[in-house]
Amino acid sequence: MTTTTSTRSPERDSFDSDIDRVRAALGAGTRPPRPSAVSTSFTFGWRALLKIKHVPEQLGDVTMFPIMFVLMFTYLFGGALAGSTRDYLQFLLPGVLVQTIVMITMYTGHTLNKEIHRGTFDRTRTLPIWQPTVFIGALLGDAARYTMASTVILTLGLILGFRPEGGLIGMLLGVGLVLIFSFSFSWIWTALGLLMRSPESLMGVSMMIIFPVTFVSNIFVDPSTMPSWLQPVVEANPISLLATAVRGLMAGEAPMFEVMWVLMASVVLVAVFGPVTSYIYRRK
Amino acid sequence: MASELAVEAVGLVKHFGQTKAVDGLDLRVEQGGVYGVLGPNGAGKTTVIRILTTLLRPDAGTAHVLGHDVVKEADAVRSRMSLTGQFSSVDDDLTGVENLVFLGRLFGYSHRGAKERANQLLDAFGLSEAAEKLVKHYSGGMRRRLDIASSIVVTPDLIFLDEPTTGLDPRSRNQVWDVVRALVAEGTTVILTTQYLEEADQLAGRIAVIDRGTVIAEGTPNELKASVGSGALRVRVAEAERRLEAQAILERVLAEPVTLEADPAALTVRVSDSQPASLALAELAREGIDVVNFSLGQPSLDEVFLALTGHVAETETEDAA
Repeated sequence: MTTTTSTRSPERDSFDSDIDRVRAALGAGTRPPRPSAVSTSFTFGWRALLKIKHVPEQLGDVTMFPIMFVLMFTYLFGGALAGSTRDYLQFLLPGVLVQTIVMITMYTGHTLNKEIHRGTFDRTRTLPIWQPTVFIGALLGDAARYTMASTVILTLGLILGFRPEGGLIGMLLGVGLVLIFSFSFSWIWTALGLLMRSPESLMGVSMMIIFPVTFVSNIFVDPSTMPSWLQPVVEANPISLLATAVRGLMAGEAPMFEVMWVLMASVVLVAVFGPVTSYIYRRK
Repeated sequence: MASELAVEAVGLVKHFGQTKAVDGLDLRVEQGGVYGVLGPNGAGKTTVIRILTTLLRPDAGTAHVLGHDVVKEADAVRSRMSLTGQFSSVDDDLTGVENLVFLGRLFGYSHRGAKERANQLLDAFGLSEAAEKLVKHYSGGMRRRLDIASSIVVTPDLIFLDEPTTGLDPRSRNQVWDVVRALVAEGTTVILTTQYLEEADQLAGRIAVIDRGTVIAEGTPNELKASVGSGALRVRVAEAERRLEAQAILERVLAEPVTLEADPAALTVRVSDSQPASLALAELAREGIDVVNFSLGQPSLDEVFLALTGHVAETETEDAA
């Protein structure tokens, strides 16, 4: 270490001289006080955001997907269903917001399932932290993605002529409710993400749940146009209730029944699938 | 508490469907130094490590790590050991520094503290220049070093390294060995699994040999080698017609049966270490037998297993005798 060469030496040389520093670094690794569950959750959320920063392509599902949906449904069905695309948009947009966000929740399970098969998951599982923060943190990161998708949909809607009575506050309340429900709904995917063997098989199962649940709802059409046997199914669908609640909020109304119902459903989803996820995770 | 064992496993069993990955395994590892766990692919090494690091629950038996039960006191175990798994546990989609800051934060460092610690580790592991690069662009050796750095963000009392050098080039492997020695010098106990006898020999104070989910031999490297027997000296003489003469000389000097190989100029003889081997080569030279080439090999892991399970190696000797 007394001489310095003018050119940067290859890796091997630079590393050899560092063994003493490895020892010094080892000696310096004193344990700080244990962090709170809130703090570790935010650390996982922070990591999720960093990944978005480094791999922005993965935002395709929260940008292109919603744009495609809004444009497709507005212009394909608008004329037939509501007489004009502009009128239909007032009805459709809150629904498309619900559908898109609920659909992209399934990427939560997909991401988790991919992680399991990597060593990163083993690393976090051997850390002395409150383990459920792994999921809470990932879902916080996802909530950021849902927010982005919501912004895209509302912006596009406003450009196309969506003019809600509830104004900005109504829209924010509507988005807030969608986010709360989606965060809770995602716990289904964390449980499935841990159970399924591969991201592909998980995708298959997710689609089988998501498609009927979002389409057999009042998102696209008024249930009164449906056959009588189907109407009760559509009306009982939680997604219909959510869509009705969001429509109401954005229209400047106070749909208390639907809002309370959605909040209750959210609590139940977390209360059931949170512990189920933790149980599967611990047993794995 | 100084006398507590790093690992104490009794009667561990783990099934995966019909397969018994771990089958009544007992293990006692003292604190300090490197303990090698040696075995072929599929012997159950990784499963044992996963049980000891709280990633898998055993179907039967108990295991304590630094005095804590791995099932009932998983959290206490996690706060004292760390694992560098067989598959890279660093995040490809983050940079080197982000990987370490992330872990530092989870251990309870402030953002600034985590950043300082990360830079210190990157510097120590010769990764400063790659700190801001995404890990997916790292070489295998760099990734391994970052992985090990990740395991010592907070200095553990015990570190598990699961096949840390598999797939690395010799230079990177040497670097990992250097790091392992540094860990030990700083007082961390290292438990290392490997498929390479040489690696266990280089690093480990004691070795357990695992086969079919159970420990089939345990001891210091020298004890194990003694039980295995030896390596082999292979000699190729210049004139094939003088091979029998060479055979007689080698048998006289080494007092071991000499095998004639299919190659009409080659002979093989078991030797305990290099000294008698060089004496034997000198004796061949003195008798005027030219040797074209020779090699002195450690017994391969296959040979170790054959010897430890007590089959082929002995039969061979009998055949030759």
